[in-house]
Amino acid sequence: MTAPTANPNGLINGDLPVLTRKDFVTDQEVRWCPGCGDYSILAQMQKMLPDLKIPKENLVFISGIGCSSRFPYYVETYGFHSIHGRALTLATGLKTARPELTVFVVTGDGDGLSIGGNHLLHAMRRNVDLNVILFNNRIYGLTKGQFSPTSEFGKVTTSSPYGTTEQPLNPIRVALAAGATYAARSIDRDTRHLEETLYAATQHKGMSFVEVFQNCNIYNDGAFAAFTDKEVRQDKMVYLEHGKPLRFGKEREHGIRLNGFTPEIVENATSDDGLLVHDIHASSPTLADILVGMDYPAFPVPVGVFRDVQAPTFDGLVAQQVEDARAKGEGRFEDILRGGDTWEVS
Amino acid sequence: MTTESAVRREPSVEELERVTIRFAGDSGDGMQLTGTQFTKTAAVFGNDLATLPDIPAEIRAPTGSLPGVSGFQLSFASSDIRTPGDQPDVLVAMNPAALKVNIGDLKQGGLLIVDEDEFNAANLKKAAYSSNPLEDGSLAGYQLVQIKITRQNELALEGIPMNAQQKFRSRNFYALGIILWLYGRSLDTTVKWATQQFRRNPDVLEANLRALRSGHSFGETSELFHVRYDVPAAQVAPGLYRHISGNEATALGFVAASVLSGLPLFYGSYPITPASTVLHELSKLKNFGVKTFQAEDEIAAIGAAIGAAYGGHLGLTGTSGPGLALKSEALNLAVMTELPIVVIDVQRAGPSTGMPTKTEQSDLLQAMFGRNGDSSVAIVAPATPSECFSMAIEAFRIALKYMVPVIYMSDGYLGNGSEPWRIPSLADLPKIEYRYGVPQGGDFNPYLRDPKTLARPWAVPGQKGLEHRIGGLEKSANSGDISYDASNHHHMTMMRKQRVERIVQDVPPIEVLGPPEGDLLVVGWGGTYGAITTAAERARATGKRVASTHIRYLNPFPANLGEVLKSYKRVLVPELNAGQLVWLLRARYLVDAVGFNKISGQPFKIVEIEGKIDELLGLRGPYELDFGQASALGGG
Repeated sequence: MTAPTANPNGLINGDLPVLTRKDFVTDQEVRWCPGCGDYSILAQMQKMLPDLKIPKENLVFISGIGCSSRFPYYVETYGFHSIHGRALTLATGLKTARPELTVFVVTGDGDGLSIGGNHLLHAMRRNVDLNVILFNNRIYGLTKGQFSPTSEFGKVTTSSPYGTTEQPLNPIRVALAAGATYAARSIDRDTRHLEETLYAATQHKGMSFVEVFQNCNIYNDGAFAAFTDKEVRQDKMVYLEHGKPLRFGKEREHGIRLNGFTPEIVENATSDDGLLVHDIHASSPTLADILVGMDYPAFPVPVGVFRDVQAPTFDGLVAQQVEDARAKGEGRFEDILRGGDTWEVS
Repeated sequence: MTTESAVRREPSVEELERVTIRFAGDSGDGMQLTGTQFTKTAAVFGNDLATLPDIPAEIRAPTGSLPGVSGFQLSFASSDIRTPGDQPDVLVAMNPAALKVNIGDLKQGGLLIVDEDEFNAANLKKAAYSSNPLEDGSLAGYQLVQIKITRQNELALEGIPMNAQQKFRSRNFYALGIILWLYGRSLDTTVKWATQQFRRNPDVLEANLRALRSGHSFGETSELFHVRYDVPAAQVAPGLYRHISGNEATALGFVAASVLSGLPLFYGSYPITPASTVLHELSKLKNFGVKTFQAEDEIAAIGAAIGAAYGGHLGLTGTSGPGLALKSEALNLAVMTELPIVVIDVQRAGPSTGMPTKTEQSDLLQAMFGRNGDSSVAIVAPATPSECFSMAIEAFRIALKYMVPVIYMSDGYLGNGSEPWRIPSLADLPKIEYRYGVPQGGDFNPYLRDPKTLARPWAVPGQKGLEHRIGGLEKSANSGDISYDASNHHHMTMMRKQRVERIVQDVPPIEVLGPPEGDLLVVGWGGTYGAITTAAERARATGKRVASTHIRYLNPFPANLGEVLKSYKRVLVPELNAGQLVWLLRARYLVDAVGFNKISGQPFKIVEIEGKIDELLGLRGPYELDFGQASALGGG
């Protein structure tokens, strides 16, 4: 039995045409609101994709429903705009059937954490080798401004005129709790960091989960402005870097240290001594858990890679079981049909 | 037992054409296993047979209680049979609860074998008996044979290092030994099975074999039975046979579809009664490239199947009624994206959770209409357990040729029931064809249809030059781009509908058993085949102008169905639902078809359909179903 396979030699035989950003732009008119943060994410993605050096026919973008989920229409690869919350289920099936493909999942805070929350948990724990990008704008945009599972407590929206009465989820915390082997955060406004983060995520073998703070300038304008505006960014965000002490501030003058399991800000830390040194490969998720608990405004908002550890992938293990079973001898299907007790009638 | 004479009398042997036996006991008593072993033995002997397992909803209801009763009925014969029998000739009751639940079904004068040891005060109370039925004369209408099965089994197992409770678990084999003796059957099949099954547990093996042989010897020496019975082998077509259940045949059929198409099979499923055994079977067959995915829910299961189908594999998902409801939105995504998935629905009694272990045919209208928008899918339904194999292949043949989702409707009766199966040769089965997209130079049009089938090309990732975007939004004809254009939506809706209608090109004309025209046509679908066909046959045998036909392609219907329906004065549609196929037939063909509906969780008895046939022929007054005391098997 042979399946249609992506060209496995695409990367090494030198035939790969040099792709540019333009190769990943479709003829479809982009229909996000002018000024939407989604434009930035699309642009960084299209800039990053040629760096993967993967033939574009081997790339697939799968999305659910919501503003972000229009994404596949705008990327000149294979694309599947599915139904609300279920992109991960299609992606899991596709990747398991065809592990040689590179599969991206584009989702949002409503799509991925509300209606599709269950699938997110299970795809994480299985460690399906997918690249998941969750656009978090803390609002339902496509349905005109209702609060989402990441909207802050008390938020006044079209469906909560007296303010919400529920607590938000932190997507990275959910990912870590579900056993994510890779979790990172970036922002639409820091294009360079975003492009680097998207690229780094694709290099992880296993499920990579990237949360992108994305501004909805129509229904939730400025949701992240307090810490992502250029003037305050250095003071209000901390960029996580593997093997380096956590420092922030315009001159990187402040640091973070641990008091037991509690993080503390060290203002004007003259020495790196005692500062928390980031380790994305730590086998225990404890450090990442502590970092994800650093809530604004008490702390600068951490962005970058929280966790990057290796573990067997679901699709790899399934393929391995098939291969192992075959190695023991495929057997003839007729023999299975004739299995058990049979009798001949002449 | 004392005997009048010291000289041992050989029991006489009586030849029977057909015997129906029901084994009944507590759900922990191993009745399914006992029934299965007898079935295999009869099958290997060459009898035709049909089985009906009846499993309680609770895995382990309180021991000895009425809801905990588990039953297994089988009918074996020297002639061609199609149902597991209306009424058992023999009932084996391992405790008072099993007796109480099942005695109402036993034929008057039938053989009743009970484990006398279990009829103690505590068990009688659990079964709500105010007096011991073995003593109060209430069983006078049956040939009651009381055997101290528990005690005799314990004696037989003396010396084996097991406690009394462990030994108690072998008593089903003791009972099986008795029944195998009664019908002159060899112990070989069961010995072979047990030797393999308990190879790592010599004590359990020894206990079971001793119990089996002791039961057999007891039958031979006890003189409790004055007659032994012989059911000769059936005359069937030559070939190699095995015994197969519907769900096994379903699993093997879908793997056969993979072999015949050359495409790997992907099965996404969430555990649900009575479909789970399809998942169990397929998960064993990885050496044929089968990938199984036990999903987090029903939606993920179908989503993954769609993903696999998008990737060019055979995308399959399986469930029962409640799961089909959960899958409906995703199924519509497959309708819209025109991807070839197959959904197995092993139906059970509904609505909602209903009666999970009981059979019903009540998802037909859900399969037909249970989605938003104008949404057609193809529907096929096997009629017998072994036919599950060929209809599974048929489901993917249609899905791939027409790029359409197909619902494959089995039911609990077919899935758990079993019969002998003449093993087909794969070489005799036609290959399954499919059409991948090919680069057209310039823009690829993923919705450019084949003029004959109206199928779009299957463009799978990894194919250079076919990069395209699909999704649940309405598409522009040909290009597949998003379109809100009014005339385009009208056009695309009609294309999707007509594409399903065109499948009729590949649907064989329906065949009628009996006269091509006459007084009455009995029409069925799915697992009611055996009862309907036999009832119509019996009607004809008494000179009535009655024919029967069975629909295996429910959407689209066979091209000649309308004409066939109009060739009879009356049309009767027996169904295990409140009237679903009859509704479709009346709407589609404007015939005054009459429904005959049974919604008890149990299959039709042949006599029930015979009764209704006579009513429609004016030979009797209105026929009413009689549900008896406790609902046949399974108690609560």
